[in-house]
Amino acid sequence: MMDMLETVFIRNNLVVAFAVVGVTIWLSYLLANKLTAGRIHGSAIAIAVGLLAAWYGGVATGGSRGVADFALLSGIGLMGGGMMRDFAIVATAFGAQLSELKKAGLAGVISIFAGVIVSFVVGAAVAVAFGYTDPTEITTIGAGAVTYIVGPVTGEAIGASDAMITLSVAAGLVKSILVMIGTPLVARFIGLNNPQSAMVFGGLMGTTSGVAAGLAATDPKLVPYGAMTATFYTGVGCLLGPSILFFIVDWMF
Amino acid sequence: MIIYGVALLSACLVAGMLIGEGLGIVLGVEANVGGVGIAMLFLVLACNSERFTALTEGAAGSGVKFWSAMYIPIVVAMAAQQNVAAAVDGGVLAITAGVAAVAVSFALVPALSKIGTGAEPAEDREESAP
Repeated sequence: MMDMLETVFIRNNLVVAFAVVGVTIWLSYLLANKLTAGRIHGSAIAIAVGLLAAWYGGVATGGSRGVADFALLSGIGLMGGGMMRDFAIVATAFGAQLSELKKAGLAGVISIFAGVIVSFVVGAAVAVAFGYTDPTEITTIGAGAVTYIVGPVTGEAIGASDAMITLSVAAGLVKSILVMIGTPLVARFIGLNNPQSAMVFGGLMGTTSGVAAGLAATDPKLVPYGAMTATFYTGVGCLLGPSILFFIVDWMF
Repeated sequence: MIIYGVALLSACLVAGMLIGEGLGIVLGVEANVGGVGIAMLFLVLACNSERFTALTEGAAGSGVKFWSAMYIPIVVAMAAQQNVAAAVDGGVLAITAGVAAVAVSFALVPALSKIGTGAEPAEDREESAP
């Protein structure tokens, strides 16, 4: 019986991964709605659950690939591996209209670049403050502070260790959750009450799920404006992270 | 045909990765320089070009949209296969970096919101790394 289960699961590992991730996301969205009244987006909870599961996987198996080290869940490694990840990120650029950028105007475009650069600099500075001296490691943490996807994309492109890449995902997740929770609280103080500031906000924060959830809790009418600029943020991050920003850090350290 | 859209997406990714890899060699760094970002740029250009409508609209478009919608599930799978056990020691660093990035970004919203509405912002944003 166990043998049969194992055979079927291992032989169909990618399909098993789809099912497992699907159930995880369903549960996470349920939790998000029931426990946080939608304040924390289901996706953030699902990613946090993923990290927790990976921790358990690492401790239980002694391996380095999280839950993917359980034979029955090896498909998670394939589904969440670099190839599928990059494929899906690039797909998110689909439908981005360049005319939207024009609508966002100069302030919107500047905010996207400023957002990526500022988050990167702050993340990198924190890494330096914590005593990291390797340019690859500093860059990966800086990129993680941009978003949880720019971190691993950058880290892998420049050859960072898996522990650093994991930290960059965690940093991005913290950022995303904080934007979700913090936006309605600070909205009044940062003048977040009109389309223009919402666009700037989307470009500066960039974490799409964080911006969407945070603005929805502030004023649902602002969501499309924030989303308009946030859409381009990850792309700019993936472009600048493993290139100019890495070179600058590499040159400095 | 759905595969046309999927093929377009794949072609963008492969092209971006090749350029990124090539840039790495040209610049003498062991890195894929901006490959994913370049690939996204290609896809945006294709979406906004009349020449590619056959690959981006209708059924072909849903081939790309499917993968776009799979983004979060794939990120969840990515999170689940991280080496968290080895990274736990750096947890405080991760939290600090995330919190600091959000705090500084929040603070910049009012300044940048003024651009284009008259007043010029005073902060310098292009300062180099730490």
